[in-house]
Amino acid sequence: MGGSPILRLIAQRVAMGILLLFAVSALIFAGTQILPGDVAASILGQSATPTALANLRQELGLNDPAYVRYFRWLGGILTGDLGTALTTRQDIATTLGPRLWNTLFLAFWTAVVAIPLAILLGLLAVRYRNGPIDKAISGFALASTSLPEFFIGYLLIFFFAVKLQWFPSISTVYDGMPFLEKLQAIVLPGTALLLVVLAHMMRMTRAAILNVMQSAYVETAELKGLSQLNIIRKHAFPNAIAPIVNVVMLNLAFLVVGVVVVEVIFVYPGMGQYLVDHVAKRDVPVVQAVGLIFAAVYISLNIVADIASILANPRLRHPR
Amino acid sequence: MLKRIPVSSLIGLVFTALFLIVAVFAPFIAPYPTGQIVGGVWEPMSAQYWLGTDNLGRDLLSRMIYGAQITIFISVAATALSFTMGSVLGFAAAVIGGWFEIVMSRLVDLLMAIPTLIFGLVILSVLPTTIPVLIMVMGILDSTRVYRLSRAVAADINVMDFVEAAKLRGEGTGWIIFREILPNALSPLVSELGLRFIYAVLFLSALSFLGLGVQPPEADWGGMVKENKEGIVFGIPAALIPAAAIAALAISVNLVADWILNRTTSLKGGRG
Amino acid sequence: MSGTAHHVDTPPRPKPEDLLLEIRNLKIEARVYPPGETPRDVTIVDGVSLTLARGKVLGLIGESGAGKSTIGLSAMAYGRGGVRITGGEVILNGRDILKTGKDGVRKLRGAEVCYVAQSAAAAFNPAHRLMDQVVEAAILHGSATRAEAEKRAKHLFRKLSLPNPDTIGDRYPHQVSGGQLQRVMTAMALCSEPDLIVFDEPTTALDVTTQIDVLAAIKDAIRDTGVAALYITHDLAVVAQVSDEIMVLRHGKLVEWGGTRQIIKEPRQEYTNALVSVHHIEHEEHAPTANPILSARNITAAYGGGPVKVLKNVSVDIFPGQTLAVVGESGSGKSTLARAITGLLPPEEGSVAFNGRTLSKALKDRTRDDLRELQMIYQMADVAMNPRQTVGTIIGRPLEFYFGMKGRERDKRVAELLDKIEMGKGFIDRYPAELSGGQKQRVCIARALAAKPKLIICDEVTSALDPLVAHGILELLLGLQKDENVAYLFITHDLATVKSIADSIAVMYRGEVVRYGPKSKVLSPPFDAYTDLLLSSVPEMELGWLEKAIKGRRMESAGN
Repeated sequence: MGGSPILRLIAQRVAMGILLLFAVSALIFAGTQILPGDVAASILGQSATPTALANLRQELGLNDPAYVRYFRWLGGILTGDLGTALTTRQDIATTLGPRLWNTLFLAFWTAVVAIPLAILLGLLAVRYRNGPIDKAISGFALASTSLPEFFIGYLLIFFFAVKLQWFPSISTVYDGMPFLEKLQAIVLPGTALLLVVLAHMMRMTRAAILNVMQSAYVETAELKGLSQLNIIRKHAFPNAIAPIVNVVMLNLAFLVVGVVVVEVIFVYPGMGQYLVDHVAKRDVPVVQAVGLIFAAVYISLNIVADIASILANPRLRHPR
Repeated sequence: MLKRIPVSSLIGLVFTALFLIVAVFAPFIAPYPTGQIVGGVWEPMSAQYWLGTDNLGRDLLSRMIYGAQITIFISVAATALSFTMGSVLGFAAAVIGGWFEIVMSRLVDLLMAIPTLIFGLVILSVLPTTIPVLIMVMGILDSTRVYRLSRAVAADINVMDFVEAAKLRGEGTGWIIFREILPNALSPLVSELGLRFIYAVLFLSALSFLGLGVQPPEADWGGMVKENKEGIVFGIPAALIPAAAIAALAISVNLVADWILNRTTSLKGGRG
Repeated sequence: MSGTAHHVDTPPRPKPEDLLLEIRNLKIEARVYPPGETPRDVTIVDGVSLTLARGKVLGLIGESGAGKSTIGLSAMAYGRGGVRITGGEVILNGRDILKTGKDGVRKLRGAEVCYVAQSAAAAFNPAHRLMDQVVEAAILHGSATRAEAEKRAKHLFRKLSLPNPDTIGDRYPHQVSGGQLQRVMTAMALCSEPDLIVFDEPTTALDVTTQIDVLAAIKDAIRDTGVAALYITHDLAVVAQVSDEIMVLRHGKLVEWGGTRQIIKEPRQEYTNALVSVHHIEHEEHAPTANPILSARNITAAYGGGPVKVLKNVSVDIFPGQTLAVVGESGSGKSTLARAITGLLPPEEGSVAFNGRTLSKALKDRTRDDLRELQMIYQMADVAMNPRQTVGTIIGRPLEFYFGMKGRERDKRVAELLDKIEMGKGFIDRYPAELSGGQKQRVCIARALAAKPKLIICDEVTSALDPLVAHGILELLLGLQKDENVAYLFITHDLATVKSIADSIAVMYRGEVVRYGPKSKVLSPPFDAYTDLLLSSVPEMELGWLEKAIKGRRMESAGN
């Protein structure tokens, strides 16, 4: 079996992704340059003297043309130097490290619950299609795509933290916190995130499975006298796995974005909150760096989703 | 005709209409001016203040009513912008093709490679958060989705035999876009309009909740959640009311959009 | 529903020990969801009964909507997509399989009855090797061990003349051609050594030269294994080759049931007679005249300027008021020729002269008169009309566009044209979705006629239609040709159609014209190898035609 064409396709997809990432970095950089005012002015405020402004511009290298500054910034990022925050004068990479870790911790454990649950519910919806379970699930899906994250979040806080007092309302985590306490701290934000992505993931899983179940080869299996279980195991599952992986990855990408609002709701010390804080403070270097990291995670998950569908296509796996 | 509407869609229609009426006639309906402090902080619901008072002692119901106006106005404006831009460019790309389509599509791919909220935050870190800026940012970022949909729909129709027949007849681009393609593209676009509006509401609310949308003293519903969120830990549900309103508006419009989509696809009848 | 009679003569009942399948008073319903209305149940099959003896083949024939596939699947107690068997009995090997419950049904499917689908390409699971799928049912039902089943499968592959019978099972479905896949599916059905196989249009999706091979392979396999079969098709000539008996169905009811010879030689029902005689259109061939209306010279074309030439040096002439039929299989370049002539695909080389002037290669450079005088009719009338325009707008637009007709004048002309296509002005405000398949194609013809063209390109205009409807369209086209003196470039894969309407014929194969001339010349020997293959592959309504045709062939078909 020639593995090379498929490897080439995957390599192409990864290369495209890297190219896209560079383009995105340029776009993010450009997005912060659309106003005539610059960083120096925002640091020193309106009362700054022209001399002080000029000095600071010199010091920050702001007099160079935009593309020079872009490549300097990009070069820094590629070597692990994310720059310095304007407001705190702290190194961004050092501050960001633990926060990135916290965000990934939250996202990971949410995914661990969300993925099997979504697939299970998707399967149930297909199994009992058009029945009450299916209707309930799609009704829930419709509702939850319309619910803002903070509605879910504050409802959870209101009932489980304030009224029932089962969980803390503020999800503090810190270095060296015992693992189980950490888990307990992220139950509420995790649940909020879960509810945000679950409906979508479930709906797409249901569609992917249904698509396979309605194909002619499943009918063939049925006309061979296979049991429902065997049809699913031998004929539906091998063809459904790729679309499901695809769905899961796309939804993890949504999840990463949903993290931003959820972190603010639960005052969770992650990357999202860090981003929002510094947008309000107009701290451009931090915003650029965090924005780029979010975009990179998002793009990577999309690449994984695409690779999953390449791998799953038997036409590509077994070329003529 | 009304009796053929399913109950759920009817509920959606009624609530959507209700929200719209409240938004349009806000100054006539609201019992108190939006900024007036009328009582103590976070007073409970009462005959005088139906929904209680907010974090500064303003009448919550009045703020909700004015908030409806701001929320719906900005969302409608942003949706209108994204829709006009996205569909005009999408249709043009599908019919003109060539380099125009390639450039536009690559640009849209690039914009969509960054999650909308993240890119919105990046841009808002340098732009002043005024209402026109919000509408522009929301509209432009969301127009990418409309572009993709309308380009795909138009491209699908553009290769159909009846369009080819019109080209063979010698018809001009205008006839082909407006008489052959547009009437057939309308139904998916109309239901998309509803979804884009919901998205605009949620996006605006998220921005305002994060403090980067509508600025005080004015407030949309997302901003009101932010204003009152500190009360939650004391068991004061004031923040949940605007949050629920956002959800209710989004669900209502969703139900209507769903109904329109089903209705118009079935109109296509025997197209197979 | 005329033509359906309850006193239909039936063939003699098989002896009890030979009786394999008996269907009594079958009633099948389905729930339909008409737009904007409450769902309702429609009856698809109504009161059909049949018997089938062991080792015999019963052909089920009818137009679309006749319920033939539904009846075939009922022999496996299966209803496709919301179809429910609501009445009657299906007795297989002495028991009513509708009453055996889920497990009972599962035990008989793939063991006693197997199924061969129309599209084997979709019916095979893309994720598994062919062999695994072929032996699956036999192993599942315990009729063989894996080794035995594989041996049996290889034997069947050989019998069905598949290439590399020992290794083809290692391949994946997308790695073999459509004709081969259809035979592998037959092997899959035979592998469980069932008593009955349901063949559901097994050759319909294949090219005509491939169809004959598959048909012969299926026939041999049926004979050698002694399996009984329900053979479902819409093509009477095909079913006549494989069946012992034929049952004609219409609108879910029995029309006629009898021995194959009786049905095709002495049909007793008017509807059967119409089906049998459908290809018989008398058309006298016209000789070429001095000045062709259209003359294509040395056309060479490729898509996107690629290296693969879809048309190679093609030259043909069409004479005023006459029909040139372009025949070929899929991929022969016949539709591309139409695109090159209309300017949709500007040819790389060569020229097209029309009405004495040389046409610009590209569509956009042509004059309005050139466009007007050269019209086109498509295969799928469904998508050739804007679903949002009424019949009046569709036919009226060319009148407006080319002749500036407006208001009453235009409406009058539209009504005239509707008369010409035998539809009447009552249709003027209808939308395409409200028309039947034949009516849609008629409206497309009227739209072309509205331009007062000198030449109409007809691209497979009858291929998507049921035979009787197609017949009506052909007669209409011939009548219009007489009245309007319009020439046709008639593209088709169906030689029977060509024989009925052409004045001259061009046979295309792999982008080239391999044979060209007046109909009588092209259709008389001596033939080149490809034309011979093509002509000999067209099923004829003759008993024993298949064997004769296979024996007389000089060339292998491409899909083999």
